[in-house]
Amino acid sequence: MTVQEIVEQLKATFGEKVGELSETLDPFLTLKAEDLLEIAGFLKDTAGLEMDFLQDETAVDYPDESLIRMVYHLFSYQHRHGIVLKVELDRAAPKVPTLEGLWPVANWLEREVWDLFGVDFEGHSDLRRIMLPDDWEGHPLRKDYEDPTEYHGISHDRPSPIDGFTRVDEKLRQIAAETAAQLAAATGEGESSEESAS
Amino acid sequence: MSKRYDSAGEGGGEILFANTSQIDDLINLARKNSVWYLLFGLACCGIELLQTGGPRADLERFGAVFRATPRQSDLMIVAGTLTYKMAERAKLLYDQMPEPKYVISMGSCATCGGLFQLSYSVVKGVDKIIPVDVYVPGCPPRPEALTEGLMKIHSLVTKERWADKMRARREGTQS
Repeated sequence: MTVQEIVEQLKATFGEKVGELSETLDPFLTLKAEDLLEIAGFLKDTAGLEMDFLQDETAVDYPDESLIRMVYHLFSYQHRHGIVLKVELDRAAPKVPTLEGLWPVANWLEREVWDLFGVDFEGHSDLRRIMLPDDWEGHPLRKDYEDPTEYHGISHDRPSPIDGFTRVDEKLRQIAAETAAQLAAATGEGESSEESAS
Repeated sequence: MSKRYDSAGEGGGEILFANTSQIDDLINLARKNSVWYLLFGLACCGIELLQTGGPRADLERFGAVFRATPRQSDLMIVAGTLTYKMAERAKLLYDQMPEPKYVISMGSCATCGGLFQLSYSVVKGVDKIIPVDVYVPGCPPRPEALTEGLMKIHSLVTKERWADKMRARREGTQS
């Protein structure tokens, strides 16, 4: 099935709940968070669609729009077709139902999104960090994240070993400028020095 | 009457350290040619470390054998990117190694953060948590470079004055 056919089938079943397919190179559907579980379940279990593989689940941060967009890539091994779903969440308190019940792999993928974006997955069985240490503060893939200054006493900065060194060509220019200034000062002092110079 | 050496506290004898340089040489010869290193590959440099231990670069011709435990290792080769999450484990492994111990920081990441200097989760240099003896530059260093790092460790080992250290320790305990 093509993506358009899949979307038509979804519209026939869910009507208004399914938005328009985007006209991007990789077309996607935008859904509401409350409808996600229902529609994803339909895509997984309906004969002819049978999206048995959650390829990818991630998020993108849009601070200008105050949004975090969840992105779901679904694929069917049996029918060799797939679809991309997006869910827009409020950036201040992003919350979306978990897909762990449909695709067990969502457990780890959602832990990763929680770790790096701070999206709360309702109903997740084990929502804790998966990449960073448990006591890490903040969610690093948010655009306004600031680097830590230290972690457990390990400082986060390393002074450059070449600070304080001058490049040779700059040094030579500096010396040339100083010499020229000295010469100018010397020639300006009296005519005798000018004669000796000539 | 012959003296019997079967009671506790008798027998053996005092070793007088008079001219110790040759004893040092002998001890260090043995230590130098048996630098066992800890398997500690953290990232891509770990693959290069495997290659160095493999048949082509063959660290074993210098008596350097990999050990999978810190308890039997003299040398820790930190091969790869050290993150904050791993840093405490690395420190723990270092602490579990018996003295005398040496550390090679292998590659740019272990030395200063390297490619990932702008990352939020990478330690900018192993020397922030454990003392480093030899830095091997490169991304990744070739096996020849790591072999040279081992040679540097060898030269460090041969310069140590073991007999003096032991004498100082002995005198320290006696006083």
